[in-house]
This record gives sequence, structure tokens and C-alpha cells, in this order.
Amino acid sequence: MSTTTIDSHTQAANSEMSIGHFLSTYVFSRDHKVIGIQFLFSTLIWFVVGGLLALGIRWQLAWPWSNMPVIGNMLFSAEGGQISPEFYTVLVTMHATVMIFLVIIPILAGAFGNFLIPLMIGADDMAFPTLNMLSYWFMWPAFICFGAAFFCDGHGAAAGWTSYPPLSAMTTAAPGSGDAQTFWLLGVTFVGVSSMLGSVNYMTTIIQMRAPGMTMFRLPLTIWGMFITALLQAFALPVLTAAGFMLLADRLFGTGFFLPEALSVNNSPMASGGGQPLLWQHLFWFYSHPAVYIMILPAMGMVSDILACFARKPIFGYKPMVYSICGIAGLGFIVWGHHMFVSGMNPGLGMTFMVATMMIALPSAVKTFNWLGTVYGGQVQFTTPMLFALSFVSMFVIGGLSGIFMAATPVDIVIHDTYFIVAHFHYVLFCGTAMAVFGSIYFWFPKMFGRMMNETWGKIHFTLTFIFMNGTFFTMHILGAGGFPRRLADPYHYPTFSHMLTMNQFMTVCAIGMVAVQVIFAINFFYSLFWGPKAGRNPWHANGLEWQAPSPPGHGNFDFQPIVYRGPYEYGSPETDEDYYPQTMPPKNERPEPA
Amino acid sequence: MGRVWSILFLCVPILGVWIFVAAMNDWWPMSGGAYAFGPGQWFPALDVSEHVIDHLFYLILSLTGIVFIGTGLALFWFLWRYDAATNKDPVVFSHGSHALEVIWSIVPAVALLFIAIYQMDAWANARMRRPTTADGAAKPPLCRVSGRQFEWRIQYPGEDGRFDTPDDLHVLNDLHVPVDEEVVIEIESMDVLHSFFLPNMRVKQDVVPGMRQYVWFHPVKEGVSDIVCAELCGWGHYKMRGQITVDSAAEYDRWYSAAYAEQETSEFVPSEGEE
Repeated sequence: MSTTTIDSHTQAANSEMSIGHFLSTYVFSRDHKVIGIQFLFSTLIWFVVGGLLALGIRWQLAWPWSNMPVIGNMLFSAEGGQISPEFYTVLVTMHATVMIFLVIIPILAGAFGNFLIPLMIGADDMAFPTLNMLSYWFMWPAFICFGAAFFCDGHGAAAGWTSYPPLSAMTTAAPGSGDAQTFWLLGVTFVGVSSMLGSVNYMTTIIQMRAPGMTMFRLPLTIWGMFITALLQAFALPVLTAAGFMLLADRLFGTGFFLPEALSVNNSPMASGGGQPLLWQHLFWFYSHPAVYIMILPAMGMVSDILACFARKPIFGYKPMVYSICGIAGLGFIVWGHHMFVSGMNPGLGMTFMVATMMIALPSAVKTFNWLGTVYGGQVQFTTPMLFALSFVSMFVIGGLSGIFMAATPVDIVIHDTYFIVAHFHYVLFCGTAMAVFGSIYFWFPKMFGRMMNETWGKIHFTLTFIFMNGTFFTMHILGAGGFPRRLADPYHYPTFSHMLTMNQFMTVCAIGMVAVQVIFAINFFYSLFWGPKAGRNPWHANGLEWQAPSPPGHGNFDFQPIVYRGPYEYGSPETDEDYYPQTMPPKNERPEPA
Repeated sequence: MGRVWSILFLCVPILGVWIFVAAMNDWWPMSGGAYAFGPGQWFPALDVSEHVIDHLFYLILSLTGIVFIGTGLALFWFLWRYDAATNKDPVVFSHGSHALEVIWSIVPAVALLFIAIYQMDAWANARMRRPTTADGAAKPPLCRVSGRQFEWRIQYPGEDGRFDTPDDLHVLNDLHVPVDEEVVIEIESMDVLHSFFLPNMRVKQDVVPGMRQYVWFHPVKEGVSDIVCAELCGWGHYKMRGQITVDSAAEYDRWYSAAYAEQETSEFVPSEGEE
């Protein structure tokens, strides 16, 4: 493996020297790589929890009110092994919450953002290492709050992940509206604090700490995705945090931000009033719509890096890719109202949001075409990361196109709150982002742990996941177009939907298969961690700076001062005999003395 | 192996199109075909006037379908053709094409703007242009539907045309409307958010406490269907079921008189906080 050491003045292999206390190295570490890996492990554990919660939902929809085999009697002995309607609403709420706030957002920004940003821009660490450590440790109060919610009355929050008041504002509305809902709100706030600390760090690091020669337009698209995501978080999150505190005040101190006059819930009249439930929806979606892009932009960046690497070709249209990331982010702030087309919001406003939402499909389309353009004319290597990246492209097309249906206001009247929506966001977030995350784990695993994952098992994992995932989620479009609503514990109660039972059973079988095959991934991951073949610095022959550092990189990352001569996607360049051209390799005609 | 992977990705557009076509034509082996999937009846049957929303749905489905098939086939072909194991051609060293970027920005932009503008009228009809009476005034609501955990309370204004007077008719979860007439319904909530969803009428409107809202539709066929709550409203959300019956004018009058007579004899008048 050739490594270009320009500056022999290595920053002293201080990885050996700084091994101090175990705690300061592995637990309260301020090294961005350790923090990234801490985020990775924590989020993967919550991924398991979120997946099992999803199976609970699927079980109920396929075999409603039936005894769950094996675990039913353990978990729901009081209900005779069945899921109760109270617990079903907990399942839908907590599945979404865990997946969004404890898995997707922290795995992208927390795990990959932390690990990759300094390495890819040629810095030795984040700008604020202590703040970085805190951003991980502020996840723990969130973990504890969400965990505690499961042990409160009602066994979890039950007002949906959107927590629309008045349901979420009453402590007496249902089991799960009590302490569990309060813990839920506190948990979301702590996740917000963590994200905020992270985003400040990412922005500063990317702006201030790039290696010499690393101009903004030489940044890998992963970094562009992370950078714009950090901007989105910095501007949108305070709104959610403020809204969260207002809702807490409504719940705990009897204020009435979100409660109108003369309300009586569950036969208990509410003392407060003068508020407006729609206010929460505006504030909530003002954050949570940009959050949708927080959950996809870094994934788009990572997929771009993987695609270029394994197509052995420059990314097609680098600058349009950057501009489309910025365009998505900019438009992302003015489309929140499309979640509220049938909420009672002024229908005139619906038209504005509809046009803005239609336009946000445009940069997404540009990205898709550029990914296809990248594969065109390449030398495609079907490695496991590449397969996941290709599946991201394939699945994102479906998720993006189904978005057009709900952007169309009249069509949204029918499909709003049906399984069509569920299909759409699972295509974007599971079939899209989660596939990108899997691909990225396979891709950067050698850099993170210095060992390779097993390719054969990786491909088996990919193929089975891909098949079961489409079996589960594609069918949801058909259900949704028929009007099948979300969040109903027993939709077959309605004659209109009663014939959809068999289709749900098909989906549940696929979902069980999909969760089961993740065991292959877990085994591969942990086996490779200890016994995988050792990886060199650059096992994929990739161009990025991170591949010039040792695997795994020591404290301070680089054993030389990286100097950047070109963009990250110069694969197959005629200027060099190799099919790759690392960013740090000086041009042939230009010898030493780089400024 | 590259061939195998290309074909796996080719399965996405093929099976995707097959599932949609099968569902629309009632070939889907696992559907009962009774309601939503009757021949050519993908959406729930018993439809209102002119299928405007269904038409829009199919229009968007066709446009997105073309893109879906096109990108799926392109991806398949690139993977098949440029597999490193079989492709001996050197890599096309290209950073992009300005002309192509312009084309694939403008074409989708035009298509999206077309969809956006084309549907505005349908949205206005569904939400902004409330039906009027002969003299141009806003048509008064036929009844008021109040969402309450976990039931739909329905109130007809009676002879005097005004709500909350002694001649009101109160019924629970049982909405009757006359056929061939534009029906306006006033909706409100007594506690939390609900959503008044009539799948067969293409009507859905969140019911927000503290707000008075109106929905309207034009039933053209007699029949019975469901009122569904589409917004999570608590643990009993799933059982918040009502029934809507579209009657002929004569049948509607007969039902109304019978229901009113029954109310008079039972003297059932729901009061606040009544369970």
C-alpha cells in the first residue's frame, strides 16, 4: 500500500505516549475517533431495540389480538400474552422516537460525523474536543429518559412521535400520558443538546481546521453533507427545544400554549386555555422537517464517496451535487407546512407549501441523475459497500417519487396518515439512510478498527436485507393508496380495510425475516472486530485523506502533515498510471516544495 | 457476479410495476377484492363526483412511473455493461456535463411545476370554495360532527336550521346524508385532535379543539361506508369508528323522522361529561 509521506516530520507517534488512564482513553475520551465509535455502538444497540419494537407493531397488524409466541406471556402476562391497544400506541410512538432520535440522527452525525470529519479534512481532531466528548455524554441522559419511559405507568409515551397536543399535553389523557410523556420530552431535549454541541463543533472544524490545500470545493461530499446538516441543526433545533419547554410547561405548570379554552379530556376539564394546538405542529415541523434532511444529507454524501470509489470514476457533477445539498437544505426550511395540509391550517397556505415542496424534489432528482452518471462508463466493483450504496440510489428513487404524491395537496387529502406515508418515509429512512449506514460501516470498518469485514457474509446480509426490505415496505404503498390508516391497533375493525389482512401478514413475515438477517451482520461485525484480516492503510484504493492515515489512526490521526493537491474523486485520472490518485499525492510534474 | 447483482436491481422496477398493476387490476393474489381493489377500482369504491383526486393520483403515478422505470433500467444497464470483471474499456474520465445538468434540472422542474399548477383547482374545490346555495350564500351545514374520545357525536340542526336548540337530532356514530346533493358538515373536537376521514368520499380533515371547520363532498351513489379517525387520539383510537350512509332523498327523510321519533321517546340528550 503506497502512502505518500510528504512531511517526514511526523507528529510523534503519540498514540503510544498518551495511553493514560483507561477511563480517559476509552470512556471519557476526547479523541473524535473514540467518540465516533462510542456513538456507533450506542446507536447500534438502540437500533436493535427500535427494530424489535417494529416487530411488535407488525405482529399486531398481522395477527391482531393474538398471543405472541414465546415472549408474549413474559411481556404481557396481564393481557394473556397479547398486545393491548394501550401498548400498541406506545409501540408506534417509541419505535419512531428511538429510530429517529437515538439511531438515525446520532449514527450519521454522531458516529460517522465524529469519526470522519477530522480525518477527511486532514485535521488532528475536532476544534473543541471537550465539547465533543460532552456531545456524546449528553446522549446518556436521553438514553436514560427514553429507557425510563418504558418503566413508567403505561410502559412508554403514547402520543405518537409527533406528540401532538392536546393528547401530549394532558397528564391524564391515557396510560402513558403521565411520567412517560414527560420523560419523552426531556429525552428529546437532551438529544437536542447533544446535537447542538456536535453541530457547533462540526461547523467550526470544517471551516477552520482543513489541511493546507483543502479548499471547500475539494471537500468530499460526505463532509459537505455533514456541514450542511450541522447548519440545519444549528438553526432548526432551538425551535424544537423551545417548543419542548413550552409543552413541558403546559404539562407541569398549567400554562396553555397549546390548549384552547373549555377542553375536557377523559372527563377531566382542563383548567388552562387560550392556546392553539396548531402552534405545536408549526414549531414541531419547523425542526422536524429539516430533521428529515439531517437524516438523509450525510447519507447522500457517504453514498457519493462509496459510489465514486467503486465505480473507479470521478463523481459526476461534483459542484451540482454540492449545490443540490445546499438547495435541499435551504428549501428544507420552507416546506414544513406540507405535514399540515389536512391539519386545519389555512388552505391558502397549503398552496404555497405545495409549490415549495414540489421544488425540493428537483435537487434530489439532480443528485440521483448524477449518481447514475457516476456509474456510467466506470469499472464497477461489486463490493459489499458498493451494493449497499447502489441500493441506496435505487431505493431513494422510490422514496423520492412517492414524496411527490403527498406534496400534491389534493392527493395528500386521501393518503395523509395512511400507510402510503409510512411506505414513503421508510423508503427514505430505512431503505435509504439505513442502507447507506450499512454500506458506510462496511466501507470505513477497516479504518475504524484496522480489520476487514467478511465480504461473503456481507453480500449475504445485503441480499437478504434487500429482498425482505422491499417485501415489507413496497407493499405499504398499495395499502396506503387503499386508505389503510397508520397507528390503528386493529384496522380490520373497519370493513373498508378488513380485506387487507393477508397483505399485512405477508409484510410481517418479510419484516421478521429482515430483522432476523441482521444477526448475520452482528456476527460478521463482532467476529471481524477481533479476528478479521488486518487492513492496510488504503484497502479500497480510495483517494480521501482518511485513507492516508494509519488503520486505525492513532491519536492525532496523521503521521505526516497532509497537503491536498486535488479533489477527492480523481479516480482513473490520465495523469497517473494508477486508477486512483490520492488527494495528498503531488502532481507528477510538480516536485517537492509545495507551499 | 456482476450480472447477478444487475438483475437483482432490475427486479426493483419489474416487481414494483407488477405490484401496482396487479393491485389496480385485482390480480393481487392476497387481496379479497371486495373494497379497494375491485376491477379498475384501486381506491375505495362508492365515490364522489368526477374522481378528481383519483385522476390526479393516477396522473402522478404515470409521471413518476416513467421516471421509476427509466432510472431503474438505466441503473441495471450501467451495472451490467460496466462491471469491472467484464468491461475492458478504460474508465470514462469525466467530471460531469454542464449541458446534461441543465437538461435534467429543467425537465423535472417543468414536470413538477405542471403538477403543482394543474392540481391547484382541485385543492381549491376541496378546501376553499365552499358550496353555495342558489342565492350565492355559503351553504349551511347539514349537521355537526364532534369528535370525542372515542366516538363521533352527530348533531342535526332540526327544523329551525340552528344548532343547540331543542329540536336538534343527536345520533352517535351514525351519519346519514342524502344522495346527489352537496353535503357540508361542520366538524369540531371536544377533547384532543381527531381526524374526520371518509375514505370513500376522499375527505380527510383534522378535527382541532377550539376550531370550527367545514368539510364538503358530493355523494353520487347510495351505500354504506366507514368514518375513520385518522389522527392518533389515545389508546382507543382504533375503535373510533362511525358509519356513513348515503340515502336517497326519500329514505333520508324516513330515517330522519324515525331517528327523531326515537330520540323523543327515549329522551336521550347527551350532556357535558356524560359517559
